[in-house]
Amino acid sequence: MNFDFSDDQKLLKEQVRKFLADKCPAKVVRRVLDGPETHADDVWKGLVDLGVPGIGIPEEYGGSGLSPLEVCVVAEEIGRAAAPVPFDTSVVLATEALKLAGSDAQKKKWLPELASGKAIGTLAIAEGPQPPKPRNIRTMFGGGRLNGRKVPVTDGEAATFAIVLANTGGTGDRAVSLVLVDLKQAAVAKKRVDTIDPTRKHAELTFKDATAELLGGEGEGWRMLERLYDAAAVYFAFAQVGGAEAAMWMARDYALQRQAFGRAIGSYQAIKHKLADCYVKLELARSNAYYGAMMLSEGGADLAVAAAAARIAATEAYDFAAKENIQTHGGIGFTWEADTQFHYRRSRLMALSIGGPMAWKDKLVSRLEQKNAA
Amino acid sequence: MDFNDTAEEAAFRKEVRTWLEANATRKSDDKQSFRARNDDPELLKKAKEWQDKKAKAGYARITWPKEFGGRGGSPILQVIYQQEEANYLVPLGFFDIGLGMCIPTMMAYAKPEQLTRYVKPALHGQEVWCQLFSEPAAGSDVAGIRTRAERDGDGPDAGWVINGQKVWTSGAHYCDFGIVITRTDPNVPKHAGLTMFFLDMKTPGVEVRPIKQMSGGANFNEVFFTDVRIPDSQRLGKVGEGWKAALTTLMNERLAVGLPSGGLDIDELMELARDTDLDDGPAIRNQQVRGKIADWYVQQQGLKLTRYRTLTALSKGQTPGPESSIIKIVAAPKMQDMGAFAMELMGHAGIMKEDVPHAAGFQAQWIAGAGFRIAGGTDEILRNIVAERVLGLPADIRVDKDIAFNKLGKAS
Repeated sequence: MNFDFSDDQKLLKEQVRKFLADKCPAKVVRRVLDGPETHADDVWKGLVDLGVPGIGIPEEYGGSGLSPLEVCVVAEEIGRAAAPVPFDTSVVLATEALKLAGSDAQKKKWLPELASGKAIGTLAIAEGPQPPKPRNIRTMFGGGRLNGRKVPVTDGEAATFAIVLANTGGTGDRAVSLVLVDLKQAAVAKKRVDTIDPTRKHAELTFKDATAELLGGEGEGWRMLERLYDAAAVYFAFAQVGGAEAAMWMARDYALQRQAFGRAIGSYQAIKHKLADCYVKLELARSNAYYGAMMLSEGGADLAVAAAAARIAATEAYDFAAKENIQTHGGIGFTWEADTQFHYRRSRLMALSIGGPMAWKDKLVSRLEQKNAA
Repeated sequence: MDFNDTAEEAAFRKEVRTWLEANATRKSDDKQSFRARNDDPELLKKAKEWQDKKAKAGYARITWPKEFGGRGGSPILQVIYQQEEANYLVPLGFFDIGLGMCIPTMMAYAKPEQLTRYVKPALHGQEVWCQLFSEPAAGSDVAGIRTRAERDGDGPDAGWVINGQKVWTSGAHYCDFGIVITRTDPNVPKHAGLTMFFLDMKTPGVEVRPIKQMSGGANFNEVFFTDVRIPDSQRLGKVGEGWKAALTTLMNERLAVGLPSGGLDIDELMELARDTDLDDGPAIRNQQVRGKIADWYVQQQGLKLTRYRTLTALSKGQTPGPESSIIKIVAAPKMQDMGAFAMELMGHAGIMKEDVPHAAGFQAQWIAGAGFRIAGGTDEILRNIVAERVLGLPADIRVDKDIAFNKLGKAS
């Protein structure tokens, strides 16, 4: 039985943890929350120097060719720090999409740029307040031109390129394709949008005859997106576990220090049991995330089920820890000055950005049905 | 990452399989169990025979030192044995408390000649032990027990007279010996006035009465002590240090982490949801039903994988982290809630204990779940333990800690 990370992987995790504790403390998250910058570029550059963006990229494309397990341990630390950097977008979504669906030429062009930090990639799926489906995507791609509007796009302003879900004229699930578009062109307009998590900036992207190219086969977009989301669900789960753990300890530290009715509030069972529940959900999430990582790294047949379970457990753990952290803090936790808001905001962003818990639960049961039928 | 055995573990597993195959019957499916009714005297006889066989082959207590009949093996080997044994139709559950808790306490406190006398018969299943801790007025707060032990005469060698009542004593009706925690000094605060003994359950004045549980079973007992006289040589630990001895007992919980939980679970629930016709079609197509199935699957899977994390630490010879402390907190309410939900899917007939799917297994789990949430640490006490030992939050304020036991609950 070897259901744990290796010593080398733990060492990498510790290294990233130390770096972020040093270079990305709460005041950096706050700087991005309050300021105009798209992301904490100083932290991002430091992560690039550590080689973080290239960890999961094969050596032939300029990365270090490590396994998904290394990306997982880093994701947990990014989540713990609530780091305002394009990790989820560039390192997870764009990199994985290219690895999954990119032609050799596309990989040769973009993966080395992602690995070296020269490029930041993102994914542009949503078109306003409606869960995206093949039948409601209005952005059109044809004849090498992209037209339409995507909102919200995480890191839409900072990104060099985007992978866009666009209608390519087919029917049913085959109506949509993934399209790669360079954002450094006049045919792309970027506008910042206000969101519940300003520590991660979002934009509306408008394409007017923008030059773009297919990523993967025409009509394959929805199928590719599902596979991309399975991988992303595992990495996100680690980031959510890291965030949940940070929020839990923040609440615990405050509960030890805050006195009410003559004693520390952490001595009351109402608080103790709430925080024990945070721990229970956290450990369920961690165990499910580990299995997702294992399936991802060995390309296991159980990935579809494991990824959904990891996603559901981690979303619940992070949501719960983040909101009960504020509740444990009481009034001070609801002030702009308090750091409790970082995890509250990030937990909801992460819960929604690749599909919410309701959709994943439905997906999980469908996959269990398929597995049982097989 | 992998779920594979090390070379040593694989070799041991193979050895165990070969031995089990030669000595026991393999289960036809994993729901088959011998555990269900351990108040059956025939079953006890078979369990004793099986235990003796195991002990002779060196599998009865793998982690114990060789001098006590063990093989000095690592905890992971004990787990592997239990995993393999779970695939065979053998009677289990009678010796867990004795060998897992009572005898280790004896090893810590009893005299060498007493160990020579008691350990081997316990290991071979010839003598069964019980643990006499809980009382009607002392459940979660077990240090609040009232059973008295008083000196029987003067002098340092004087024996003891025990009077009082224990409750929820598993297996007392078939046990030969027990360890008992008593109050020897009511004039000091509660933890300071306790002393531990062991005794023969046939000592005059010991009376065992089975408790019929809400589930209909009767595995537990009330045990009454009326002027029970025992020699001082049966004392375990110093007078007044019974709490310390009790903690030794409670720390020696059996290594159950590697065992599948058994019982009905997600597969059976999904099957039921497929077969249930709701207004909008099969229940499995209903989003509320799917949401619940997903939540319980994530819990079921989370518990299994959490056990694997603990086993990983054991396999590497490390001390496991505190993650396994979540298992009963999750498993017990899940058992109760999933039972209730499965019953709801059956409609009014969900109340029936016959002619319903899985031989009314969901109904049984709904009933049993109510007890499982209490036995061996309530949901609430387990959350306190997580909060205090894992998260480092303060213990409850003990309003009774500096007050003599006999002054508690009285107006000051």
